[in-house]
Amino acid sequence: MIEIRNLHAGIEGTPILKGINLTINTGEVHAIMGPNGSGKSTLSKVIAGHPQYEVTEGEIIYDVNFKKVNIIDLAAEERAREGIFLAFQYPVEIPGVNTAVFLRAAFNEICKHQGADEMDPIDFDEYIRSKMKILEMDEKYISRAVNVDFSGGEKKRNEIMQMAVLNPRFAVLDETDSGLDIDSMRIVADGVNKLRNKNNAMLVITHYQRLLNYIVPDFVHILQDGKIVRTAGKELALAVEEKGYDWLKEGK
Amino acid sequence: MPKGEEKILNEKTIQENTLSSRDYKYGFYTDIETDRIPKGLTEETIRLISTKKHEPEWMYEWRLKAFRHWKTMTEPHWPNFDYGPIDYQALSYYTAPKTKKGGPVGNIDTTDPELIKTFERLGIPLSEQKRLTGVAVDAVFDSVSVGTTHQAELAKVGVIFCSMTEAIEQHPELVKKYLGSVVPYSDNFFAALNAAVFSDGSFCYIPKGVRCPLELSTYFRINAAESGQFERTLIVAEDSSYVSYLEGCTAPMRDENQLHAAVVELITLDNAEIKYSTVQNWYSGDKEGKGGIYNFVTKRGKCVGKNSKISWTQVEAGSAITWKYPSVILQGDNSVGKFYSVALTNNRMQADTGTKMIHIGKNTKSTVVSKGISTDESNNSYRGLIKIMPTADGARNFSQCDSMLIGNKCSANTFPYIEVKNNSAVLEHEASTSKINADQIFYLQSRGLDLEGAISLIINGFCKDVFKELPMEFAVEAVKLLEMKLEGSVG
Repeated sequence: MIEIRNLHAGIEGTPILKGINLTINTGEVHAIMGPNGSGKSTLSKVIAGHPQYEVTEGEIIYDVNFKKVNIIDLAAEERAREGIFLAFQYPVEIPGVNTAVFLRAAFNEICKHQGADEMDPIDFDEYIRSKMKILEMDEKYISRAVNVDFSGGEKKRNEIMQMAVLNPRFAVLDETDSGLDIDSMRIVADGVNKLRNKNNAMLVITHYQRLLNYIVPDFVHILQDGKIVRTAGKELALAVEEKGYDWLKEGK
Repeated sequence: MPKGEEKILNEKTIQENTLSSRDYKYGFYTDIETDRIPKGLTEETIRLISTKKHEPEWMYEWRLKAFRHWKTMTEPHWPNFDYGPIDYQALSYYTAPKTKKGGPVGNIDTTDPELIKTFERLGIPLSEQKRLTGVAVDAVFDSVSVGTTHQAELAKVGVIFCSMTEAIEQHPELVKKYLGSVVPYSDNFFAALNAAVFSDGSFCYIPKGVRCPLELSTYFRINAAESGQFERTLIVAEDSSYVSYLEGCTAPMRDENQLHAAVVELITLDNAEIKYSTVQNWYSGDKEGKGGIYNFVTKRGKCVGKNSKISWTQVEAGSAITWKYPSVILQGDNSVGKFYSVALTNNRMQADTGTKMIHIGKNTKSTVVSKGISTDESNNSYRGLIKIMPTADGARNFSQCDSMLIGNKCSANTFPYIEVKNNSAVLEHEASTSKINADQIFYLQSRGLDLEGAISLIINGFCKDVFKELPMEFAVEAVKLLEMKLEGSVG
């Protein structure tokens, strides 16, 4: 599905990612853990194509039309239309823009790109409501402005609801658990699990092992100072929970 | 200066401006022979204009009174922007395109074909075969109306739609009765100047009980350099009549500022309604703030009759300076005044715009929705007055003023004034300020929308309460205009 090769990237001349190698196959869920400032969020933004981050070296190879393509030069919206999705750590508020109108515009852009028929407002309304049920979201949210006056937990649910609507092939979940109480986290994790299938893949970024009890990953990677320093199965998350990150430092 | 030289200069100026300014597709100049009076403003000028227009003596007298009053007034510098000083002696107050074989001005058949082409290029076809259906157009070029479409069709239902010049000639009793009845010549500095030198404009009269079958519109084009455009529009809606009126404006890109000082008066009698919509896209100057139109406009409506209704909807996207407060005097009981505005400023544009709602009659209602968008180094102010007179029992007002900032060198201001002299009045005021930032754009892009789509979604969301008041095609136009103006300013 996606293969990151020797990825170096930074912002305003400060290097943050210093040679990431990561391969995620179709049907797999990978988790990335790491201390603050290790580059987790940068990695998610670079994958999604944030224009402020500069890739200085390396490639991101992604399957486009059954071909392997380096997507480094694709704009964020082009990546999105190819099925890459980022669930934001801090979802952005967009005053005045109705959630349903926004999501239908996005959905139809993707349809158009994929050569599928666009959906009219009535069908879309039904479609979006069915997805909101998965996340136990109140229907009132779709008629509100995007993320405006949403609580932290509602914003995170809204991210996963958007993922359900847009149905990406590869999704990056950036600290989707932060700011969620245990009940909300369970609902969000259940939603994510329902979206998991053999045709898509996910990269779950988290600070805490807790989320991984609900979204069980196939692999866990530890990111430190812009590099992946250790990769193992889900048990690695438990070890980190117990011992912290220091013992994984390079050279130890 | 020989004519050939002037043309070269103009083309060069336009090219340079095109390079430095964002795409202003109306910035071209029409090279045409004109009948132009010498620069300067004296009583002699007033006489000359009046004579050129073959006006009756009473019209000349009115102009002269206005001029004498104007000389006692001073240029207003209270708005929240800098301009001028304007040298009123350095302008020519009358520039009319010459007609074919000396035929009459204001008739499409005798209009120079170059002009018909100009309007076609602006998207306003005037000839019989090509003209728009459903919309009657009065086309004003520099100082005069060059033609009005659909007149015969409108006359069948008794609607008069013609240039001001024609109205003074053909319907003097109506003009005498209503001209200056809402905006007297002594109203303000620019209204007085306009009353003295106005050269044309549109006149609409909707008789009793008639719902005007077409949208009426005027398209204003300023072409000549070192001139000003001073037009007056007068719309009268008799008992139980209805009309929707649209106004569009463009001008070539020039290095020097041009003055536009218009007056619009609306009158509604019992149960009548006027909907007045404007998309203003005068040239706004280049990035450095060079050139552009100084737009000093007095627009006011008077709900004379009971249950009558006036609404102003404006999309102000051009002009170096905008000074404009479309207002409603709510005199008839139960009358309704509305003001919906989107004002966008970019580069170094300065806008000070808003409304006045004067409640006099009982149970009068007014609504004000103002959306200001500022970007680059521009300055955008809302200024509004809600005045409730002692007679206005049960008056209601709702005002909402929202500002959106793009980038960090622009500014937005709100100056709401409220004067209430009746205890039974209920007023509400809401205001907000927001910013479009790179994070919002990235968020929308990461969902599959391109930059254009993202900005359009945000701007549409911000302005939707205003856009929904515009006639359909006008709304589409307005959205496109804002998108074009904002391209490249977010990031």
